[in-house]
Amino acid sequence: MVISPLRRKVLRDLRRLWAQVLAIALVLAAGVATLILGNGAYASLQETRARYYDDYRFADVFADVTRAPRALLGDIREVDNVLAAEARIVKLALLDMPTMAEPGTMMLVSLPADADRGLNLLHLRQGRLPDPQSAREVVVSEGFAVAHRLRPGASLTVLMNGKRRELVVTGLALSPEFIYALGPGEMMPDPRRFGIAWLPRPALEAAFDLTGAFSNVVLKLAPGASVDRTIEALDRLTAPYGGAGAVAREEQISHAFLDAELKQLSAMVKVLPPIFLLVAAMLVNITLSRLIALEREQIGLLKAIGYSSRAIALHYVEFVVAIALLGIVMGVAAGVWLGVGMAQIYARFFSFPFLIFTRDPQIYGLAAAVTVAAAVAGALLAVRVAVALPPAVAMSPPAPADYRARMGAFHRLFALRQTGVMVTRHLFRWPLRTASGTFGVAMAVAILVASLWSFGSINHMIDVTFARAERHDALVAFGAPEPARALFAARQMPGVLAAEPFRAVAARISHRALSRKLSIMGKPETPTLSRVLAPDLRPMAMPEAGLILSEALAEALAVRPGDRVTVEFLEGARRTVTLPVSGLSLGYVGLGVAMDLTALNRAMGEGALISGAALQIDEARKDAFYAAAKATPKTGFVAVTALTVARFKETLAENITVMITVYVGLAAIIAVGVVYNFARIALSEQGRELASLRVLGFTRAEVSGILFGELATVVLLAQPFGWLFGYAIAFGMVQAFSSDLYRVPFVIGPDVYVTSSVVVCAAALASAWAIRGRINTLDLVEVLKTRE
Amino acid sequence: MPEIIFRTKGLTKVYRSGAQEVHALRGVDFRAARGEFIVILGPSGSGKSTFLNIVGGLDTATAGEAWFKDHPLTALDERGLTQYRRDHVGFVFQFYNLVPSLTARENVELVTEIARRPMSPDDALALVGLTDRRDHFPAQLSGGEQQRVAIARAIAKNPEVLLCDEPTGALDSATGIKVLEALAEVNRSVGATTLVITHNAAIREIADRVLRFADGRIVEETINATKKSPAEVSW
Repeated sequence: MVISPLRRKVLRDLRRLWAQVLAIALVLAAGVATLILGNGAYASLQETRARYYDDYRFADVFADVTRAPRALLGDIREVDNVLAAEARIVKLALLDMPTMAEPGTMMLVSLPADADRGLNLLHLRQGRLPDPQSAREVVVSEGFAVAHRLRPGASLTVLMNGKRRELVVTGLALSPEFIYALGPGEMMPDPRRFGIAWLPRPALEAAFDLTGAFSNVVLKLAPGASVDRTIEALDRLTAPYGGAGAVAREEQISHAFLDAELKQLSAMVKVLPPIFLLVAAMLVNITLSRLIALEREQIGLLKAIGYSSRAIALHYVEFVVAIALLGIVMGVAAGVWLGVGMAQIYARFFSFPFLIFTRDPQIYGLAAAVTVAAAVAGALLAVRVAVALPPAVAMSPPAPADYRARMGAFHRLFALRQTGVMVTRHLFRWPLRTASGTFGVAMAVAILVASLWSFGSINHMIDVTFARAERHDALVAFGAPEPARALFAARQMPGVLAAEPFRAVAARISHRALSRKLSIMGKPETPTLSRVLAPDLRPMAMPEAGLILSEALAEALAVRPGDRVTVEFLEGARRTVTLPVSGLSLGYVGLGVAMDLTALNRAMGEGALISGAALQIDEARKDAFYAAAKATPKTGFVAVTALTVARFKETLAENITVMITVYVGLAAIIAVGVVYNFARIALSEQGRELASLRVLGFTRAEVSGILFGELATVVLLAQPFGWLFGYAIAFGMVQAFSSDLYRVPFVIGPDVYVTSSVVVCAAALASAWAIRGRINTLDLVEVLKTRE
Repeated sequence: MPEIIFRTKGLTKVYRSGAQEVHALRGVDFRAARGEFIVILGPSGSGKSTFLNIVGGLDTATAGEAWFKDHPLTALDERGLTQYRRDHVGFVFQFYNLVPSLTARENVELVTEIARRPMSPDDALALVGLTDRRDHFPAQLSGGEQQRVAIARAIAKNPEVLLCDEPTGALDSATGIKVLEALAEVNRSVGATTLVITHNAAIREIADRVLRFADGRIVEETINATKKSPAEVSW
């Protein structure tokens, strides 16, 4: 094969400029990798979930009732568009594991008589399903089993409805209903303290006194059916039986958390790859512009001997496409490698029976096409200059750089030395390049600001939630509302120093056409253990009659203090009342609404009932408390604040190192790519000047100082822009991530800006260091003899 | 007897490229007195530039000795050579090598800022007759003017030696004469020992002494009993 001379030149140029080529290719690779990772992970997660839901008949609508006769199921099946309905018994039980002092919760779910024909089918990982006649056999969730090293044949003890029961594990399973298995009162899945057990219906009927009845119903709807209308119909049917309002899939906890994850991924795809591709395009532009300026005479020569402008343009485009291909190859490799890592992180959080990591050629094709397009777009402007050069002009050396127009009195303002004047004038001489360099470095800072802030923000969230608002050590929820005197019983438990009652009532709150279903929390007039905080973090007293809405809820309902909302209680006498909004509170998790406990009971038309108590526990006697809580029949579940926080922080710590490494790596790639190329170009342009200064007696340090001064100016100038861009990206992310599930506090501490800047400056310093050798070996003799 | 500024003994430079050895200098013995104006002639590759580079502290010798006053240049390391150039040597390049982003005056200031006992930049520019062009950028100056700025920059530090490598090489005759006049003028007024390398034999007539290099040696030395002024020569 004969390689044409121009193509040979491409290959030699690539080899000669390998360091700059590599720096640009790395930035492109980062774009490709994040694109593949983001799109790939999104598609994988989406596809895995869809397939899992399909294969295992995940329900569309979920509803809890207090106790409904099984006969109601027939009516429910008659509702329009209901393809299948399954009546289940779903109850919480307390775990009593010998290996665990603290109380855990087990969610008990009844299995239909014909386990293959229901909804939310199980995926058995080990063992077998329980014998339908057995009252002791259960299948447990795999995560829980792994956390406690349970295998088929193992036994475990739970407290069902206050009664201790020995169960035998027959199998380990996964369910599409619990891909993200979040225990009651928890913020993160903790498979050690929360498990799911599936057991034959008769066993549960007996234990919870629900013979011939059910407590939960799930529906599968016809494709395209109106979920809202079905829910309305279902709610009408279940209302007499304590129906607390059905929810659609979108509000089902596990599904909603997966959605949040998908949302985050799609935000990443929207933010990161464009940054890399933009920066890479800009690098291609400045590097190629310089290359073409240097090869001016060669271009003239080529034209003079008959090469067409088109051939010359193609030659430079080929050079750039080669860089893009290098970036694509590296990016695909990194993307696939990171994708595997991401899949492992998913496996830790989400219980899927399988994970489809998409190898959709479309994703790769798109990444490659976008990358080549970005590189070529960056090249176009520079190539146009080469095309426009008439051969005669091209073959004579360029006129000396003209600084006339850009003199300015800038330097006098700062009383700069002449070397400083050189730096500022050179930067002003190429405003577009200076701006590009500044922008590139700013983007590196921005990526860090936009990723690092979240950790501080989460810490802030934990601090506010657990140190200022939920200051209790434990929260005991009763299986059912109890008379107020139950508080005294709670107070008498061993280790309890203080107890504060609460009442949680399911309700639908609406304002005009907007409504939300949630739990209204009734609290004492001035709560001390479970407080409600105003947006300025001051604790709030409960108003006499009105509601305090979390800001997120007020936004969702479009209400302001002073407005009145309709409250439809979904428990007890199911009254509907209108109540004023008395104030707004801060809240990060879920939608919150609080009111005075007495006012709540009065509004419901009930006596003094409580749902549980927030407790302050003597640390030294907590084991005694745990034991007592497990032994109390009334206990529904116990949430221990310290364990919740520890789990949260532990999960965060597991990922923080990986996340920070990835983001620091990405930012460093940009910073190095920009600074190194900028430095090389500045050196190529000013190498002769700098060598002349060395001849005149300037030391190596002084000469390096000129070049580094230029780099430092760009890097420092970029910092505030980086902070600003980072702030804007982070703000956009907060808006994008905010959901009814979570509201991330937008807190960026000075440490985030400082860390981001330090990382980027260090990367810049390292790449400046890399060209120091070139400055030190400038050929002093050469400059005496040659013109540029 | 005037003070000896430069002294070399057996100055030898061998360049190695691969297995091949190129003898650029083959034992040059040389002396220059304070204030002397010396023109160095010779064909390409005769060693004259290598010689200038070594006495100018830009290059090191392979063997032999070079002294600036009583400092042995051949014993200096990179740092020492930089300091030597900074304190004692003025350079004038063939292609001026001005900093394009600095005005004439600023190009001179670039050097006076780091010099130990500089003259004022305006005085230096006045010496080369460019007072009225001092606020112009190199791109706004003719080649001859640029070279005169370069001379002003070279002498503004009050150097003991002024080294010029083909200072008129890129200029036409009329402009070249102006540059030579500037050189002669500063040689007279500053008293710097001036070494001028040139291909142009006509210039020899303005020197105190003329050296001819060939094959790495000084092959001819002529002392001009009477110097001509630059205006009197032509090429």
